[in-house]
Amino acid sequence: MKYVTGAALASLLTTSLAFADPVDDTLILNEETDMITRTAAPAHLSDTLDEVMSGWLFRGTETRAMQADDFDNPGMIFVEQAQDSWMIAEGTEGKSCSSCHNDMDSMAGVKATYPKWNEEAGEVRTLQMQMNNCRTERMGAEAWGYDKTPAINMEAALSAVSRGLPVNVAIDGPAQSAWELGKELYYTRTGQLELSCANCHEDSYGMMIRADHLSQGQINGFPVYRLKNTKLNGVHSRFKGCVRDTRAETYKPGSAEFVALELYVASRGNGLSVEGPSIRN
Amino acid sequence: MASGVKPRVKVPKKAAAGDVITIKTLISHKMESGQRKDKEGNVIPRSIINRFTCDFNGENVVDIKLEPAISTNPFFEFEAKVPEAGEFQFTWYDDDGSVYEATKSIAIG
Amino acid sequence: MELTRRNAILLGAGAVLASGLPALASTATDDAIDTFTGGAAVGEGDLKLTAPEIAENGNTVPIEVASSTAVEIMVLATGNPTPSVATFKFGSMAATRNASTRIRLAGTQDVVAIAKLEDGSFVQASSAVKVTIGGCGG
Repeated sequence: MKYVTGAALASLLTTSLAFADPVDDTLILNEETDMITRTAAPAHLSDTLDEVMSGWLFRGTETRAMQADDFDNPGMIFVEQAQDSWMIAEGTEGKSCSSCHNDMDSMAGVKATYPKWNEEAGEVRTLQMQMNNCRTERMGAEAWGYDKTPAINMEAALSAVSRGLPVNVAIDGPAQSAWELGKELYYTRTGQLELSCANCHEDSYGMMIRADHLSQGQINGFPVYRLKNTKLNGVHSRFKGCVRDTRAETYKPGSAEFVALELYVASRGNGLSVEGPSIRN
Repeated sequence: MASGVKPRVKVPKKAAAGDVITIKTLISHKMESGQRKDKEGNVIPRSIINRFTCDFNGENVVDIKLEPAISTNPFFEFEAKVPEAGEFQFTWYDDDGSVYEATKSIAIG
Repeated sequence: MELTRRNAILLGAGAVLASGLPALASTATDDAIDTFTGGAAVGEGDLKLTAPEIAENGNTVPIEVASSTAVEIMVLATGNPTPSVATFKFGSMAATRNASTRIRLAGTQDVVAIAKLEDGSFVQASSAVKVTIGGCGG
């Protein structure tokens, strides 16, 4: 039995302590790719968790099935839209993404390593930041708004070609200070409800929060197609929603704080398969 | 035409004569129900795909009437006979008069 | 009866019970069924409706209808503001009379399917679906 400290959290969780344990199921994508949805926790988490689990295991039967086949997955509609825009020249340089990167399949594995330290810029960059750097510096095009439709669709397309590969973000070396900041944010209680990420997603995963299952809050499935709003949603927008739900002022998508938090949370899922675009509630 | 509408269909490339095949279709569409209100409280007018048909060599497979209770990005799955090589025609009819079409050929072998 | 304030409230409550929303909704369902069947009797038989017992989100609920001899199947969501969902007509090239789609449900309710069979008779199947309210708005 997990020990819940926050009084606010205790009141949110069902009083009967009904457990919504992750299902015992395996995700095979398109009947060919075995996805790693549970694996041993990465070394930096070994004192905290034995096993890390994809949010897929916390969803219902129908939702899980919808993600197992690319045709059934409505998130792939937006991936196809991004695949089209990959080929379209934009900006003053007359270049498209494909002018430099050729076929999108050449990007397989990239998503698995982001957020990532960029030596030249001297900062940790998310994939969306890197995409925008290409747009403004190489294409002479305007940057996309953070988590806005064109950006999130392209991130999903880049994620789609990495599906099945294990998340593998670096947390040491020059990325370490951002990772430490992200870790601090993960464990910092915010808002009137005084909840940290950890209160729900580390201490209480597997329990019900109102009528929904609390997952480990892994982000290997992002961008996610949510049944709720029937579009792709970004990690930072999800962070914002969670922080807002603690009744706090939130950081903005694309802020240094959320970039650091994305790196830290991604590192908690090192070893899980890249799943985006996944289907969640 | 509603923006960003893109039909997708999944049909096997070939089948044996007389086979039963599964067809899946998905089209990106908001399916605005006419039940929602905007921030000013005005009803957002209904704008949906109201009919979908699938034919094989001119003969009907399914003819479906859609109402606003069909989810965003309408999805259908059904089964068709394939007595011979030919072409499946898929047609979606939008409230605004637009018609979206897709075709897929299937070989016997 | 003397029309006191208390009695007026009781009368009002009675009127709501007599013609409240659930009653209206079932009238709309009955009307839709009558229009489809032309008033013919509806039995049970060659029709199966598959829907989740609990839907994670009412926006996207997968359902399937299946029959051996249906020529046409109408699906109704009895608890929606307008109950009509879809009507499937099967043509000569349909290999089976099975079809799946994804539907919107405004809340916990019965989903009903009515089929017109090859012999001209009508059959009905229904399935109760609980729609959960999620945990976090996010």
